[in-house]
Amino acid sequence: MENPILNIKNLSKQYQSRKELFAIRDFNLTIEPGVLYGLIGPDGAGKSTTLRILGTVIEPSSGEVWVNGYNVCDDPEKIRPHIGYMPQLFSLYPDLSVVENLDFFANINQVKKEQKKSRIEKMLTFTNLKDFRYRRARNLSGGMKKKLVLACSLIHNPRILILDEPSTGVDPVSRRELWRMLAEVVNQGVTVLVSTPYMDEADRCKEVAILYDGSVIAQGPPPELKASLPFDMIEVKSKPRKASYTALEKQEYVLDWRPVGDRIRLSVEKGKTREVLKSLRASITQQEAKIRVLRKTAPQMEDVFTFKVKELRDRNEPV
Amino acid sequence: MNQYENAVETKGITKKFGNFTAVDAVDFYIEKGEIFGLLGPNGAGKTTLMRMLCAIMQPSSGSANVMGWDIHKNPENIKRNIGYMSQRFALYNDLTAKENINFYADIYKVPVEKRKKRIEKLIRIAGLTGFEKVQAKNLSGAWRQRLALACAIAHHPPMLFLDEATAGVDPVSRREFWDLIYQMADEGVSVLATTHYMDEAEYCNKVGLILDGKLISIASPDTLKDGLEGNLAAIECDNPIEAEDILDRFEGVLDASIHGVLVHALLKAKNMKENVLKALSSAGIQVKRFEFIQPSLEDVFINTVEKQRKLTHKVFTKGVD
Repeated sequence: MENPILNIKNLSKQYQSRKELFAIRDFNLTIEPGVLYGLIGPDGAGKSTTLRILGTVIEPSSGEVWVNGYNVCDDPEKIRPHIGYMPQLFSLYPDLSVVENLDFFANINQVKKEQKKSRIEKMLTFTNLKDFRYRRARNLSGGMKKKLVLACSLIHNPRILILDEPSTGVDPVSRRELWRMLAEVVNQGVTVLVSTPYMDEADRCKEVAILYDGSVIAQGPPPELKASLPFDMIEVKSKPRKASYTALEKQEYVLDWRPVGDRIRLSVEKGKTREVLKSLRASITQQEAKIRVLRKTAPQMEDVFTFKVKELRDRNEPV
Repeated sequence: MNQYENAVETKGITKKFGNFTAVDAVDFYIEKGEIFGLLGPNGAGKTTLMRMLCAIMQPSSGSANVMGWDIHKNPENIKRNIGYMSQRFALYNDLTAKENINFYADIYKVPVEKRKKRIEKLIRIAGLTGFEKVQAKNLSGAWRQRLALACAIAHHPPMLFLDEATAGVDPVSRREFWDLIYQMADEGVSVLATTHYMDEAEYCNKVGLILDGKLISIASPDTLKDGLEGNLAAIECDNPIEAEDILDRFEGVLDASIHGVLVHALLKAKNMKENVLKALSSAGIQVKRFEFIQPSLEDVFINTVEKQRKLTHKVFTKGVD
C-alpha cells in the first residue's frame, strides 16, 4: 500500500461562536493517492468544516491532519502548493476576463513564469472555455463560472483537489460534465476529495465517508457499503397511494419504510422478501387498488444513509 | 370559484424577446390535483413559461387558461388564486415566522374571521410550531423555506407554482418539503414545479422535458424511464476515460458517459456484455465491476437532450451551457 496522501486523526472543531457544539467530532480518515473520494452528508453534517481545515483556511480545535507528509497546523505553507481548494462560494473577479482570472490565480499560487502560459492554455482546453477567454467572469453562465473556478483551483497543478459541493445548484447537463472532468483530473494522478449532499453522487466515487452530525457514520467503497446492509429492499407503488400505506400498516417483517418520489421503499428481513411481496400484493388488490410497481430492488446509497442514521439514533437513545 | 377540469391548458403559447424565442409554441395541460414537473437545462424557458402562466408576463402569441381563466382576459383572477414560490422567496427578515404568514394572509385578503385558524394550521403544516416568534432571519435554510411555502399558500390557493423552490436545500429537508406538497395534492391542489433535482422530478405525476423553448416530451417518470432505448450498464474500471472512448465507438453501444469512477454504457442488448468486456480487456483495461442498472431520470433527460440537439443539427459539444 502506498503512503496515504491525506491522513486525518481524531479531528474535532468547535467554532468560537458556539463552543458547546462540535462542527466535527473525532473524525478519522485516510485517503490513498489518486482516489476519487466523496464526503457525503446533509447540510450541517460537517462537510465544509472538514474541507476548510484541509484547505488550510481554518485550524482544527484538536486532532491532526497530514497532507502529503506535512502537518496542516505546523506547515500550512508547505501544504498549500499541493492543494487546490474550491470553496462553495468562490468569488471570481467579476471584472476580470477568464484569462485574467486564471493569470491572477497562477500568480498567487506561484506558478513559475515559464510554465504559466502553457498551464493557462491547458486549463482553458480542459474546461472547454477557450472560446470565452476574453469574456468577463460576470458575463459567464452559472455552469461556465463553476468551470472557471475549477480551472483556477487546478492552475498550479496541485496533487490534491478539494471541492466543496461543486454540483449544488447546477443543472443536470453541467453536473454530468463536472463528474466527467473530475474523472479526468483523477486520471492525471490527482487525488480528488469532493463533498456533496446528493446520495446518488456517492456512486460516482471510489470510496466515500458518510457524515452525520459531525461524525463519520460509514466509510468504504459504495458497492461494499450497499452489500453490507442486513436487509433486502422492496419498492411499491399503487394507485391510489393510500392503499400501499394501509397494506404496510399490518405487514410483518418490514423493518423500515420511507416515501421516495411517488413510491415507497421498504427494508425487509432477509429471506422474507418473497413472503412480503406476496402479502402486499394480496392486501393492495383486496383494497381494489391498482399495483403499479411491486418488486425487489437493489439498495441505494440513500438506504445506507437512512439505515446508519437510524442505527446511530437507536444506539444513543436506548429504549 | 371557477369550474374547470384542467388546472392549466395552453395552446401554442410563445414568448419572444427580440429575435430570441424563449418559449416556442408550447401545448400542454395539467389535470386538477396533478403535480407536473418541468425539467430542462438553464435557459430552456422554464421560468418564462411559468411567469406567463402566473399572468405576470404576456405571451407574444398563443393562449392559456389557468383554473379556467384566460391569461389575457382575467389575469387578476389568476394572480389572486395561485401560490407562487421561487428560489429567491421574499420573507421579511425582521418579522417573526407568524408575522410573515400574517402579512401574506393580509395581502391575499384572507378574511379576518378565518385568519387566526388558517395561520395556526399553516404553522402546523409547515412544522413551525414552537418557532412562531422567531424572526425569519434567525431561521436556518430549510426552516425559511418551509415558512416561505406557508406564506405562499396562506390564502389556500388551488394552484401552486414552484420555481426551483428547493434550490440549495439538502435532500432530507427536500423530502419533507415534498411530503407537504403531496398532502396538498391529495386535497386537490394542482402543482407546476421546475427543478434541477432529478430525485425531485420523481415526485411528479407527469414530467415535461423542455429544451430551447420547446416541450419535447411529456410522460410519467416511469414511462420516461421505460422508454429509454437499450440497457444501461454501470462499469467500474481502472481507466474510465479510455473505456468511454472505446465504448463510444463500439457497435451497438448507443451512448457512453463518464460518472466519476463509473462509465455508463447504454447497450442495445444485454447479451453484448461478454463482447464489451472482451473489448475492454483487450485494450488493457481492468474491469472491476459490471452491472445492469435502472436508468435514472437524469439518464433519460440527458439522453433526450443529446438526441434532440443532434436532430436540430446542433453540434452537441459536451457541456453546452
